[in-house]
Amino acid sequence: MGIYHYTIRRLLYTIPILMGVCMLIFLIFNVVAGDPTPLLLGKHATAKQMAALRHELGLDKPWFTQYLDILKSGFTFDFGRSWASKQKIIAMLQSGAWVSLTLVIPAFIVTGLLSIGMALLAAFYRGKFIDKTMILITVMLMSISALTYILFGQWLLAYKLGWFEIAGYDPHFPEVLSYIVLPSIILVILSIGSDMRFYRTVILDEMHQDYVRTARAKGLTEWIVLSKHVLKNAMIPIATNLIIQIPSWLLGTILVESFFGIPGLGGILLHAINNSDFPVIKAMTVLSAVFYIVLNVATDILYTWLDPRIKLS
Amino acid sequence: MKNLFTASIWLQPLQRLTKSKLTTIALVIVLAYTLIALLAHWGVVAGDWNTEVGESYETPSRQHWLGTDIFGRSVAAKIIKSTEMAMSIGFVVSLITIVFGVVLGALGGYFGGIVDELVSWICSTLASIPNIMLLIAFTFILGKGILAVYIALGMTNWVDVCRLIRGEVIRHKDREYVQAATAIGASNLSKLYKHILPNVLHIVIIQVSAIFQIAIKSEVILSYLGLGVQNSPSWGVMINDAKVELLSGVWWQITFATLAMFLIVLAFNILSDALRDALDPKLRGK
Repeated sequence: MGIYHYTIRRLLYTIPILMGVCMLIFLIFNVVAGDPTPLLLGKHATAKQMAALRHELGLDKPWFTQYLDILKSGFTFDFGRSWASKQKIIAMLQSGAWVSLTLVIPAFIVTGLLSIGMALLAAFYRGKFIDKTMILITVMLMSISALTYILFGQWLLAYKLGWFEIAGYDPHFPEVLSYIVLPSIILVILSIGSDMRFYRTVILDEMHQDYVRTARAKGLTEWIVLSKHVLKNAMIPIATNLIIQIPSWLLGTILVESFFGIPGLGGILLHAINNSDFPVIKAMTVLSAVFYIVLNVATDILYTWLDPRIKLS
Repeated sequence: MKNLFTASIWLQPLQRLTKSKLTTIALVIVLAYTLIALLAHWGVVAGDWNTEVGESYETPSRQHWLGTDIFGRSVAAKIIKSTEMAMSIGFVVSLITIVFGVVLGALGGYFGGIVDELVSWICSTLASIPNIMLLIAFTFILGKGILAVYIALGMTNWVDVCRLIRGEVIRHKDREYVQAATAIGASNLSKLYKHILPNVLHIVIIQVSAIFQIAIKSEVILSYLGLGVQNSPSWGVMINDAKVELLSGVWWQITFATLAMFLIVLAFNILSDALRDALDPKLRGK
């Protein structure tokens, strides 16, 4: 099977998954969640007002049309307006995404470099004291609640020591740093442990391959073998892990953003939860799923181009 | 003879586990927390967590070791009572995860074809939605409370178990011992549950210890989002309370709740690593 066949087949396979995601969202928000009109209009709404609102929100349409509307929104990105703020949802999410990115991109890069570097170091000293200590420290870092990091970090570094702003956001360049550095550090701490451990396992798995023995037999130093030969081959699972995580990174900022008052995607999501703003939650679910599926397909196809060993089946 | 044999399958890993001091300590911590949770459940300890024992926000002292909360209740009693909540969340969520993951994974892996397509489709669909969105969606429709927490966390975690079990069952289903079972006329069900499943059970044990701590940690996030446990103390609620308390210098609730959670999550983390080494022969010696 050629690479074009594979690409097309892989793309076709995303259709049932997208349909499944939309079916789940439809079931949760349009069927089980029930009629939102009393919630939106208050206790004293008349039946006529409620019917008018239901019509406005498209809830009086047959269920099949409602489902298709969700499915369509996955392609057109037209999610309608927020119930709470009446703004266009896609515009809200766009402005939120830019803010989130200023926070997420530095944290994402730092986490990637640090965790890969630490994993290499641990693999180099595998089984020795340094490796064991690093594993123990990362496990300990992973055992503390995200909320504790945020609350103590904010209290100690921002409130007591005054190194950073306690909360808020300023989009202009030098000022923005005092708002995003502390949240970014917390984001790094939250994900570095599990990433480093995963990469270490991936790297150690590669160490038993024949080419590693050949490289050693050639007289290369262990460090060269690790950083040049092993890392290159371990890069595929590592890169997959990095790319697949991107949607979760954008949403994973929900806690950090709400505590530091940053108006990004996390802040929008939290606001929507507190106001039962279903269209916004629905839109974010659809978008993150579409994003995940696209990234997944893109990495799969990319690897078949890059790595001739991957079997096309 | 038979007893000796089956005993050694499970005794050997246990001996290997307890060889390491760290793992033994982790095992003791897990057992201690389980005991505390059971005692709290029966009301032997911390049955009076909801009574006033002193002033509001008393600092830790000889009388109230861990201080008091806003209503003058003992933080120590609340932490003990919360252990019950945390352990029950870990236990029930693991149970839901295992039932769904093992049954669906085994069916998909064993029967293949349309059944497998269906199972894989459900898994891919759930995996496409970030966990935090799924949690929010599930708790939204289930309402607030402990039952919603159980189901939401169970539903978001079973996919990994399902995929692992499915993969292992596929690797096992054409092996000689299964063919031998076919030759003596074993039915599909008996081949799957009597012959194949015991051979993939180690994955379940490793996964349980991982999911247990994920569930305990997720409870904190749900509490913060206002979707967590109601009317009962939990470490998540106590940590969440600190967002107003810390600024006025009340550090004891968050510190001791974090510490209580840290110990059990750390123990499960260490245990799941050790279990993986002890039960998964492929990794042995690495």
